[in-house]
Amino acid sequence: MKLHEHQAKTIFADAGIPVPDSRLATTVDEALDAVDEIGYPAAIKAQVHVGGRGKAGGIKIATDREEAEQYAEEILGMDLKGYTVDEVLVEAGVDFVDELYVGVTMDRGEGKPVLMVSTEGGVNIEEVAEENPDAIAREHVDPAFGLHPYQARKVVYEAGVDADVALDVASILSTLYDLYEENDASEIEVNPVMITSDRDVVAADAVMNIDEDALFRQPDLAEMAEASYEDDLERKAGEYGFDYVRLSGNVGIIGNGAGLVMTTLDLVDYYGGAPANFLDIGGGAKAERVTQALDMVFSDPNVDSVVFNIFGGITRGDEVAKGINEALAEFDEIPKPVVVRLAGTNAEEGMEILNTDLIEVEKTLEEAVQRAVANAEEVSQ
Amino acid sequence: MSIFVDDDTRVVVQGITGGEGKFHAGQMIEYGTNVVAGAVPGKGGQEVDGVPVYDTVDEAVEAEDADASVIFVPPAFAGDAIFESLDTDLDLAVAITEGIPTQDMAKVNKRLSETDTRLIGPNCPGIITPGEAKLGILPGNIFSDGNVGLVSRSGTLTYQVVDNLTERGLGQSTAIGIGGDPIIGTSFIDALEAFEADADTDAVVMCGEIGGEDEEQAARFIGEHMDTPVAGFIAGRTAPPGKRMGHAGAIVSGSGTGTAQSKIDALNDAGVPVGDTPEEVADHVEEFL
Repeated sequence: MKLHEHQAKTIFADAGIPVPDSRLATTVDEALDAVDEIGYPAAIKAQVHVGGRGKAGGIKIATDREEAEQYAEEILGMDLKGYTVDEVLVEAGVDFVDELYVGVTMDRGEGKPVLMVSTEGGVNIEEVAEENPDAIAREHVDPAFGLHPYQARKVVYEAGVDADVALDVASILSTLYDLYEENDASEIEVNPVMITSDRDVVAADAVMNIDEDALFRQPDLAEMAEASYEDDLERKAGEYGFDYVRLSGNVGIIGNGAGLVMTTLDLVDYYGGAPANFLDIGGGAKAERVTQALDMVFSDPNVDSVVFNIFGGITRGDEVAKGINEALAEFDEIPKPVVVRLAGTNAEEGMEILNTDLIEVEKTLEEAVQRAVANAEEVSQ
Repeated sequence: MSIFVDDDTRVVVQGITGGEGKFHAGQMIEYGTNVVAGAVPGKGGQEVDGVPVYDTVDEAVEAEDADASVIFVPPAFAGDAIFESLDTDLDLAVAITEGIPTQDMAKVNKRLSETDTRLIGPNCPGIITPGEAKLGILPGNIFSDGNVGLVSRSGTLTYQVVDNLTERGLGQSTAIGIGGDPIIGTSFIDALEAFEADADTDAVVMCGEIGGEDEEQAARFIGEHMDTPVAGFIAGRTAPPGKRMGHAGAIVSGSGTGTAQSKIDALNDAGVPVGDTPEEVADHVEEFL
């Protein structure tokens, strides 16, 4: 789960990390009130979960009121890589002489958190990692002991940060690690940390992602997660408790188990279609879950056809079929063609029970996907 | 022969009195697994399906000589339950639980490096040696006894591939779901190494998915250390970067690592054919045998 920049910066500021003065605004008037208080230059920054906001036109620096008004009008309501901008952060411009990158993330391969520091801040760090990996200094943290303060200093010196600000940067890094642990973050990144002409150190951006599996013990962050849905269908999926990802195609996909649902998406693509979503309903396939899942894909205007792929393991195919029939009975009409494929335990019994007046049934995964792709082509013509 | 579990394995079920634990303990017993004990704090002295329950894993091991555990404990307490298994020096712990916080697993991982216990999972369907033992939630009836080893990150995708194999009369020696989380115990390489050493495994299927670099490392291992032929499958070719596809570990990072293509290329480079569909995976195995 990704926090917005303004949410992360509030957490940073509360922990004592220096951040620029800022206000959140949802209208042009609010944005102008904010710049009147903050002064110029002021950055107007779109609050959406999109990387490379600056390049995409989502961050502008205003040097006077006229520019501030123009930029706020441009950015509020703009479409940024498929996301509509509802909020901007109006932030005091920082007069900087140098930019650094600092971050804490989980190194999956090592199974340990890792601190990262680079003097090549302010640019896409993934590109730095690829083209010049030695420009990023790294230090692994033993999760049983936590961070030893010397480690933060070591990695900052190793990265070649100027000596007069090194301890201030190390202090920010230590605090970031504490926040990483306290908040069950999966990633915290400040890019850039700005060094001002007065040799102050300021966190000018903030990325903070939270481990979704830990939200049960992070109630405040869970609330922020609810507030940060940017898509009605994603919000609905959250309410139903489904694993759901919206994609850009027109073949709706419902299945059980992440690997099998991903495979179904891949097959839709392989047979010339385009997947509209990833939707994993998990184990069981009870009628209520099936109804909710169908409701989700039917209410996606991009969906032209649906493929429903269930592998019955412990849950028998005939039970799954009964659940699907009950769910179908909940709908007055089936608005989009649905192809169902059942496999596994008692799959044949299940397929005999299915109400084929309302849906089509195919025996293999490959056949079901091909049929759904053909249906989508027919509907979209 | 088989790897990691057989009909001598003696199992303690952690969380046997919960809904999932009780149901699947029953299924495991029905399959023929030696479920010798349950462990649930505060429930010592009870019985579930004739299986004695103890308050601690330690007591269960002491009284019933268990050497493996299966963990059906809710995510908030599962890290602790795995520690209990590790600290009891069991040979094997299988963690089924989905949704354990990654930072808890980082601590488990550290402890794991200091013990001899093998951990499978978490967030996995478990392990089965057909006809001998199943530890986990896999549907026993789709498996058949044979000489194909299978290792996979996913549950239902494993069942799909096993179904395709079984339909063609290609039985399995052992099938392992290693789990879809970012930090897991047994890796692809651990399982592949064991299959390579197993005299009764003549071909291996490896089902990977997007995220991390485990598949790439496994591909290098296959190229350098394996004579047993391996067929591959990779799920998530159509996954967009930055989105978590169900499994906590199934996410392509912004930097382009962890993509399906990089895994497929690595496997192909190691001489491993990768199926475009599950059926094609079965085709490859048929050609090997």
